[in-house]
Amino acid sequence: MMAATADFPRHPSREHALFLMREMLRIRRFEEKCAELYSAAKIRGFLHLYIGEEAVAVGAIHALEPDDAIVATYREHGHALARGIPAASIMAELYGKQEGCSRGRGGSMHIFDAATHFHGGNAIVGGGLPIAVGLALAEKMRAEPRVTACFFGEGAVAEGEFHECMNLAALWKLPVVFFCENNLYAMGTALKRSESETDLCLKATSYEMPAWPVDGMDVLACEEAARRAVLAVRSGEGPCFVEFRTYRFRAHSMYDPQLYRTKEEIEEWKKRDPIVLFEAFLRGQSLFNDDDSKRLEDEVAAELKKAVEFAEAGTWEPVEELAKFVYSERKPG
Amino acid sequence: MSAQAKTVRITYREAMRQAIREALQRDPRVFLMGEDVGKYGGCYAVSKGLLEEFGPERIRDTPLSESAFVGAGIGAAMGGMRPIVEIMTVNFSLLALDQIVNNAATILYMSGGQFNIPLVIRMTTGAGRQLAAQHSHSLEGWYAHIPGLKILTPATLEDARGMLWTALEDPDPVLIFENGALYNMEGEMAADAGAVDIDKAAIRRPGTDISLMTYGGTLGKTLEAAAELARAGVNAEVVDLRTLRPLDDATILDSVTRTHRALIVDEGWRSGSISAEISARIMERAFYELDAPVARVCSAEVPIPYAKHLEDAALPQVPAIVEAARAMVGEHG
Repeated sequence: MMAATADFPRHPSREHALFLMREMLRIRRFEEKCAELYSAAKIRGFLHLYIGEEAVAVGAIHALEPDDAIVATYREHGHALARGIPAASIMAELYGKQEGCSRGRGGSMHIFDAATHFHGGNAIVGGGLPIAVGLALAEKMRAEPRVTACFFGEGAVAEGEFHECMNLAALWKLPVVFFCENNLYAMGTALKRSESETDLCLKATSYEMPAWPVDGMDVLACEEAARRAVLAVRSGEGPCFVEFRTYRFRAHSMYDPQLYRTKEEIEEWKKRDPIVLFEAFLRGQSLFNDDDSKRLEDEVAAELKKAVEFAEAGTWEPVEELAKFVYSERKPG
Repeated sequence: MSAQAKTVRITYREAMRQAIREALQRDPRVFLMGEDVGKYGGCYAVSKGLLEEFGPERIRDTPLSESAFVGAGIGAAMGGMRPIVEIMTVNFSLLALDQIVNNAATILYMSGGQFNIPLVIRMTTGAGRQLAAQHSHSLEGWYAHIPGLKILTPATLEDARGMLWTALEDPDPVLIFENGALYNMEGEMAADAGAVDIDKAAIRRPGTDISLMTYGGTLGKTLEAAAELARAGVNAEVVDLRTLRPLDDATILDSVTRTHRALIVDEGWRSGSISAEISARIMERAFYELDAPVARVCSAEVPIPYAKHLEDAALPQVPAIVEAARAMVGEHG
């Protein structure tokens, strides 16, 4: 295993630094607004917030090209935002409005967007992995230089589908990069309570796949680890596995009293808040100041305000269209 | 068929192989993937010789990973390919149920129409070969329960030859159930047989006194029963359902409206079955046309046993069909 940050020049340009900071802030503020809107009953169903894990999606997704495909999980608002799906379209989806990116058919757990090759939030743990393998198989058979990025949590490694997919992807040398977001808890079950072997990279390397862990609270490290993996995969060497060691600051969903972890543990991790860490680092490098902070916050707030307005103004799909898209409207031939 | 029409003597297995070969020749996006489809030549020898003809990229042997390779078929279909995924038997398809039911059947709908899944899954179904309770079940009726899927049950040489291409042209997931007892069925087929429709039931034997409705492996037995009934003066119509989802209600109801009696023959179990569904539709929409209650001949509600005499006793057989039909006609005719 390699240490992903060892030879990484930690000197982002000011422009790039502000970009990463803004992307993380966009996710953080979006998710905070979602929690508020959930309490206001504007958003219903299950809602899984990404707060605390922003560095992973921002770092990983900016290592991808626009034509690359993404398969995500049910905690995917952050990935969708980082991928460039408009916040308004995502928010309208959470409202269940037909202007939403999935026409209100999917909700929080099923964000889809063909334009950005976003192949869905998948709400079955491990269920997205075979799809990612298949997308990569198509890319390989069509000799396209694209890769598929597959996000999943550490809980998925207990699923049979994880092992089937590690094997198949490595066996066929498919251009898929496995981004494992290890936030230590599968809902309420700690990794050490559910796995006999808690070294996730070891599981991947047992399938003859390069794998390395990275500090998931360090956005620069996340970006670098992802770039390295994507580069290797795109060069035709077969799949890679990156374990992002991160932590979810909020409850699993809005119904979770968090009986399975202590407040002290959460507070300890919050000291490593990816946004706070990055801001402190940038200030230390004189790449970020109070004006930057205010400007970014204002911009993000303006975008979010528009997103909520868009969702509020959205319309309900007519009930007459209930059965639309059970099957394609295009006829064979 | 005109007297001059050229025919070939062919088995169901060979007809299916012709269909796969033609699809591979016609469309470079088509490939076959499954356990032992290549080197071994297919568990039931359907794909024998195709590896040599098309190579390992397009005739892909997979690991024993039903969930991974069925899901990979979904991903590859989303990625622009036209996969034919073979599952050895319907019992093994249960290991891929997550991918079929949670992904293939839902993604078009959940994505608001953005991602269709042009995937074909073929599998063997049915009993009669002393393979006992983990290789002999008829679960196609289960799959017919799922919106988003199409369920085909070719029972004739022409349908074995012709349904696949139409299924591949369909923009949505299509499951083809090949009853294992049919592979050795041999007969004359038009030399130029090709694609057939997949949305209509077929009247295999016109009649006036009773409608015998069946599909797949029990079509032959039902036709035999009809011949025996004819000798006893009962003119039975035999309806081959061909497609279990969507059911061709028009043909079913039209037949019942003409004969006023319906007997459904189904190798699946009676409880919660496709035969129950057909019976219900007839009650709902043709109740006042009926001269007798709808009746069914189904498999006994047991796991299919190994011993030949017990297996025979568990399955719908010609005498039981004849007896049930005669009872219906005798009472009210």
